[in-house]
Amino acid sequence: MEQKPNVFKRVFSIRGMGQVITVFCGLIVLCGVFNVVNPNFLGSRNVANLLRQFAPFLIVGIGQSFVLITGNIDLSIGSVLGMSCMTSATLMCNGWHPLAACIVTMALCIATGLINGVLVAGCKLPPFIATLGTMSVARGIAQMVNNNMNTNSIGDFAKEFRDFFYYGKLLDIYNTFWIAVVVWLIFNFILSQTRTGRHLYAIGSNIEAAKLSGVSVFWTTTKAYLVSAACAGLVGLIQCATTGTGTMDAGLSYEMYAVAASVIGGVSTLGGQGILLGTVVGAGVWSVLSNGLQFAGVAVGPRNVIIGVIVVLSVLADVVARSGRFSKKPKVT
Amino acid sequence: MEKDKNGYIIEMQGICKQFPGVKALDNVSFRLKAGQVMALLGENGAGKSTLMKILSGVYPRDAGSIRVFGQEIDTISPKRAQELGIAIIHQELNLCRHLSVAENIFLGREKVGALRRLSQREMNREAGKILDNLRIDLKPTTIVGDLQVSKQQMVEIAKALSTNARVLIMDEPTSALTSKEIEELFRIIRQLRDEGRGIVYISHRLEELQHIVDDVTILRDGQFVAEMPFASVSLNEIISYMVGREIKEKFPRVSCPVGETIFQVRHLNAGRMVRDVSLELRKGEIVGIAGLMGAGRTETTRAIFGIDRKESGEILLEGKPLTINRPMDAIKAGVVLVPEDRKRDGLCTKLSIRDNIALPNLDIVCGALTTVNKRQVSRMTQGAIKDLQIKLPNDLVDAGSLSGGNQQKVVVGKWLARHSRVVMFDEPTRGIDVAAKVEIYHLMNKLKEEGIGVLFVSSELPEILGISDRIIVMCDGRVTGELDVKEATQERILELATRFEKKIQTA
Repeated sequence: MEQKPNVFKRVFSIRGMGQVITVFCGLIVLCGVFNVVNPNFLGSRNVANLLRQFAPFLIVGIGQSFVLITGNIDLSIGSVLGMSCMTSATLMCNGWHPLAACIVTMALCIATGLINGVLVAGCKLPPFIATLGTMSVARGIAQMVNNNMNTNSIGDFAKEFRDFFYYGKLLDIYNTFWIAVVVWLIFNFILSQTRTGRHLYAIGSNIEAAKLSGVSVFWTTTKAYLVSAACAGLVGLIQCATTGTGTMDAGLSYEMYAVAASVIGGVSTLGGQGILLGTVVGAGVWSVLSNGLQFAGVAVGPRNVIIGVIVVLSVLADVVARSGRFSKKPKVT
Repeated sequence: MEKDKNGYIIEMQGICKQFPGVKALDNVSFRLKAGQVMALLGENGAGKSTLMKILSGVYPRDAGSIRVFGQEIDTISPKRAQELGIAIIHQELNLCRHLSVAENIFLGREKVGALRRLSQREMNREAGKILDNLRIDLKPTTIVGDLQVSKQQMVEIAKALSTNARVLIMDEPTSALTSKEIEELFRIIRQLRDEGRGIVYISHRLEELQHIVDDVTILRDGQFVAEMPFASVSLNEIISYMVGREIKEKFPRVSCPVGETIFQVRHLNAGRMVRDVSLELRKGEIVGIAGLMGAGRTETTRAIFGIDRKESGEILLEGKPLTINRPMDAIKAGVVLVPEDRKRDGLCTKLSIRDNIALPNLDIVCGALTTVNKRQVSRMTQGAIKDLQIKLPNDLVDAGSLSGGNQQKVVVGKWLARHSRVVMFDEPTRGIDVAAKVEIYHLMNKLKEEGIGVLFVSSELPEILGISDRIIVMCDGRVTGELDVKEATQERILELATRFEKKIQTA
């Protein structure tokens, strides 16, 4: 135990790595196929674009993964994203300094996460219902902040803001991607290396056992919702910078994209299972599919159908693979 | 830590606890010394678990005093109990199955280093040390969900000891273990006792107490009955303390004339655990199936009932061949199963008694538009309650709220409502108390008298010998012998139950 076994063994021994590697191989194949259909797919321009589109999926996916691992779900992600987009844009249009606007917006989003946490972990509401409620409320706020209108362009007020979140580049890659990388590094550390992370898994695995072991179920669950809301808020800012206006419909059904990114990457909706590296791969599959199909000239309708089918099939394949593995094991009683 | 002058490490006095509608504990006392294994006995609902949950801080007490190591303790939370050195292993294992052994052991008390990063390696090492100390052969990095139940139990014990517990409470630790695993557990209990820890042992299996227990405390209906050294009492005395009256017959037997054959299974094959099994049931007798764990007894009943696929074999009911591919085929023919795990396979614990009884009989109680005829359901339920003497406040309460014995009766009741011809019982008395066991035996005898074929799987030899008229012994998926009860002895059954094939198996 003292001497380090070889690197491959160590990587493979990480829980949930098996599925991540399988899905990653699938992702490589997908990229290959799209590149055959249109050789520009892996050209530097599209790759830069792809990475920029990938970032929001990854960030909301991270938030949703945190919540799913505790055995709950957050349906308010899309609406919080929209709320963040509209609030920040409205504030900036009214002459607020972008930084101040961002801080206030993020505070608002985090408050929503706190409410989710209190409702689910404190009041013991079913997470589906509780976050369905906040979903509607947050969308309503998004519509109210600018009197049920999208905002004007923020371009004249907040050039730094748009540069930071959208136009800026570092090492020839858009900032948006780097933001996602930093977010991932922070939350991956928390999830895999800290006490809080361990408690998130424990609650999702067996809430009773966690409670009896002295884990604070309330705080740990709430932390997951805070992370989820903060991630959604951040993507709302990115979205605002991307379009240059606040749009009331921003983030529509993003909570489901976030579920998809998590689940494709091996995070179990039943809780207790999954790693954030999986969410990276899952978000990758999702963005490569939507970008690649668009690049291959597939119209919106068929594109959605294909994405839906592939997502279901990939998760189905995993279910079959797992149940097959289990049934081979001799049942010991 | 200092011991009390009299050597008691735990002294509970005048403990009262009221739950809505029930007085769970009424002025109960309990004492424990260091280096002592104390059995806490009583029927289901006597208050054993409640008392121990109060000691371990799961429930607050309404009245009474608790002294731990001679020190008066006001309020106990799970965390405080841990600090005091009290650890409890609950009846339902409380582990996170997705986490590793070491992660479970240190759950809630993780060690962290710089940047609040978990010291994974250190925890693995320490978990390994604890396991080694107990001589448990487990790797700290194994995922708990991949372990057998018995090993999971060992993880629970290791977890309790990692807090350096001086008092260890075990609530029914052996209910899911095989005899070999129980021996392993007893070895560990003895080791812990010799290290000077106090152990509270709650169990329904009175026969196993002699191997480890020093003293017994007996509760009945939430009240303290007696505390005494185990060696000074007989099992029968203990039972009469527990139920408050003498149980005249532990195994009531009725004899009735054996009639014609009603049910036959010929050369049944279903996987590795059921190989060429033949058996027959006659009117007026109970046939017991004995064998070790994994002998294929449960699998045989499952195959007959149509849960598992049969490869070959014939089933005849009253001489007529029967095709059973699905449980519904068996149910329609009147061949039914009372499964081993009644909470998982036998009952919908969140539905009412009435709904549970109606569930397999919906074809009978449904009208033309498949609407449920409530009056008929009610009549059916009342009939079952009366026939089987099920004790319940009313038939609309959740099935899960009944005691084990009464739950079992509901499972039987739902089958009898449709005039079944053959009833297979799989471990019908597991986890239920002495008095309720006797009622289940009476019930089986009643079926026998009514001419219904009764097949009865049990792991407890005294029960098999006491109730069945004929005993079939299985080993490794085969029938290795059939004995009339008059010529059967425990030794004879064990001999047949261990008759393994000499051949090397090519699986």
